[in-house]
Amino acid sequence: MAKFDENARPFSEKWLDERLGVVTLKKVLSTEYWIPKDINFLWAMGMVLAATFGLLLISGIFLLMYYKPDAALAFDSVNYTIMTEVGYGWLWRHIHGVGASIVFLIIYIHMFTGIYYGSYKKGREMIWISGMLLFVVFSAEAFSGYMLPWGQMSYWAGMVITNLFSGGSLEAYGLVEWIRGDYVPGDAFLTRFFMLHVLLLPLVIIGLIVLHFGTLRLPHVNNQKGEEIDFEEAAELYKAGKKKESKVIPFNPVFLSKDVFVMGVYFILFFYLVFFHFNFAMDPVNFDPADGLKTPPHIYPEWYFLWSYEILRPFNKDLGLIAFGIAQIALFFLPFIDRSPNVAPAHKRGLFNLWFWVLLADMIVLTILGKLPPEGIYNDLGLVAAIVFLLLGPALFVITKMEKKI
Amino acid sequence: MKELKVLAVVVFFSLLVYWGVEPFAHGQMHKHVDGDNFAYSDLPEITKKGDAVNGGNLVMGAGACLGCHSIKSQGMPAPMDAGTAAASYGVNPPDLSNIGALYDEKFLAALIKNPAHALNVEHKFDPAAGKMHPMVAFYGAGGDIDQEVADMVAYFKSIAPKELSAKEAFDNACGRCHAMRYDKYTQLGDTPEFKYEKDALAYQIKVLEYQDHLKAYMGKLPPDLSMIIRARSAHFLETFVENPQTQLPGTSMPRVGLSKEGYEKVEAYLTEIGDPSKPQREALGPWVLGFFVIFSILAFLWKKYQWRDLH
Repeated sequence: MAKFDENARPFSEKWLDERLGVVTLKKVLSTEYWIPKDINFLWAMGMVLAATFGLLLISGIFLLMYYKPDAALAFDSVNYTIMTEVGYGWLWRHIHGVGASIVFLIIYIHMFTGIYYGSYKKGREMIWISGMLLFVVFSAEAFSGYMLPWGQMSYWAGMVITNLFSGGSLEAYGLVEWIRGDYVPGDAFLTRFFMLHVLLLPLVIIGLIVLHFGTLRLPHVNNQKGEEIDFEEAAELYKAGKKKESKVIPFNPVFLSKDVFVMGVYFILFFYLVFFHFNFAMDPVNFDPADGLKTPPHIYPEWYFLWSYEILRPFNKDLGLIAFGIAQIALFFLPFIDRSPNVAPAHKRGLFNLWFWVLLADMIVLTILGKLPPEGIYNDLGLVAAIVFLLLGPALFVITKMEKKI
Repeated sequence: MKELKVLAVVVFFSLLVYWGVEPFAHGQMHKHVDGDNFAYSDLPEITKKGDAVNGGNLVMGAGACLGCHSIKSQGMPAPMDAGTAAASYGVNPPDLSNIGALYDEKFLAALIKNPAHALNVEHKFDPAAGKMHPMVAFYGAGGDIDQEVADMVAYFKSIAPKELSAKEAFDNACGRCHAMRYDKYTQLGDTPEFKYEKDALAYQIKVLEYQDHLKAYMGKLPPDLSMIIRARSAHFLETFVENPQTQLPGTSMPRVGLSKEGYEKVEAYLTEIGDPSKPQREALGPWVLGFFVIFSILAFLWKKYQWRDLH
């Protein structure tokens, strides 16, 4: 039995520390959690993501109070009840809709930052893998949420995406029906995606966020030069008051102050979109109620799925599915494909720099083509861009194998 | 500064993606239709100066308008109720009290002389094939037909109210085919409150019967327009209403002939019902943005303070 100070006032710091270890906890998680000093605003994207997730969670809770998961009622509960009758219901919905789209922009920026600075290597593999897991579950969360307003795009995107599970020539329609709970998307389909969206997937996301934070603690955050820092030594310097000489800063309050500033600027953009420019995130097509007898002329996923959608499209159905499958999991293996011994920003890594910008350009080209109607020159461009993406994997292996130690 | 360079790169690629998946992709997906700004340039100008008194006589007499239409503001009731009219004609013919305030006068003149042509539904109604438009064309009362038509249009303009509400505009131009369930409005008009459920159900049956006739007439039930203002772009709606064939070739929706002002009223009603938060959004937006501007300035000062002796 540990010792407890009989005279400690209840809920005083000492009292809490004896029971919960709050002093240690505060040090470990905040005031003595050391971050390199040599960073730029891209290092704030993690906190920006956490804040956006918070907004999605809060707005989602408010929407959940009025949303009706029923194929006959869902559309009107969103578009009439929430948008018209509930005080500020429109605000919560716009925050939720814009947040769901913008969160992926930040995720992509966060991912490309990690790739550029080599932040997935040498002890940081689990950061990358847990991050990729988050990306996948966020994608599932976004897709399931997109079903809920039960508009035309909800219905038809649901139809197209669940059809993928028939496995091309395998014709596993039994599996598709099992996923849908029906022959076509209907009430059973809507209610199970509702469950996934508001319960199971958010639980998994929260768990993964904790894991993702946890993976940072031992290898520490990377820095702009990819420099290996002796964090204990640097921390001693900082604590001794030699702040200029030390290469690290504490998370709280020094790093946090920069995070909060970046978040402020980000929220200006975010709320500008919420109030004045939301159509990109709330597709007009989805304001038509779901109609199984009326296929929209163009069915396309939200912008953040377009690049992988475009890897599926230009091939025949079996090859397309295989390519699509590879694209979904390829990025997980990045830390193991990259054989280079260097942790450094791309511009210091020769051919890898070229590889990075080709990857970025190719994913943007795929994204844009993914939304264009599959006709004429767009088909050819799509095929080239998809093949380039698939070749980038082996190319990375060769390039990094040849890379010399800096 | 290095951070600004990094920011410029991030902003550039984000905007490139935005441009590609929004303006560019949508430009490729939807054909561009140039509007005519409700000028109806394909229809002939009215060359004669109309005489409203003579027009009134024609409307009541030789024009035989009242055989099917009502002019409630002048005390002329409809010859039959909406349901019976729909059973006879497919759709309830409109009341003529305020058409002079809503529709283009060239369009009205062309409509009186040749309904199927003015309404742009000649692909559906072909007299040679025995498919007559339910509205009978006016063949003249013995005099100069163009003068007589001009007189009738002058009459409708003379009896039209000066002010027309947005909902009245919708009611006359769209409401006999399109419902607006978020305003408890059906093709029979505003749904009344009933004390007894059986009366409510009886009314619902009348609506369904009307809709069945309409379905047979149009090929399908025209869509409810509650959310149309958010489901289509402003440009699409404007050009579609002006001439449905440009955006949806072969559609059975007629050109309704709204004047520019008439269309603006209809659009105002669609916005009021389909996007009621618009005024609130525009009022609240600047305050929220202002808050985050101040927030960012304070956060910047705090950051400066925290980082003051680090370099």
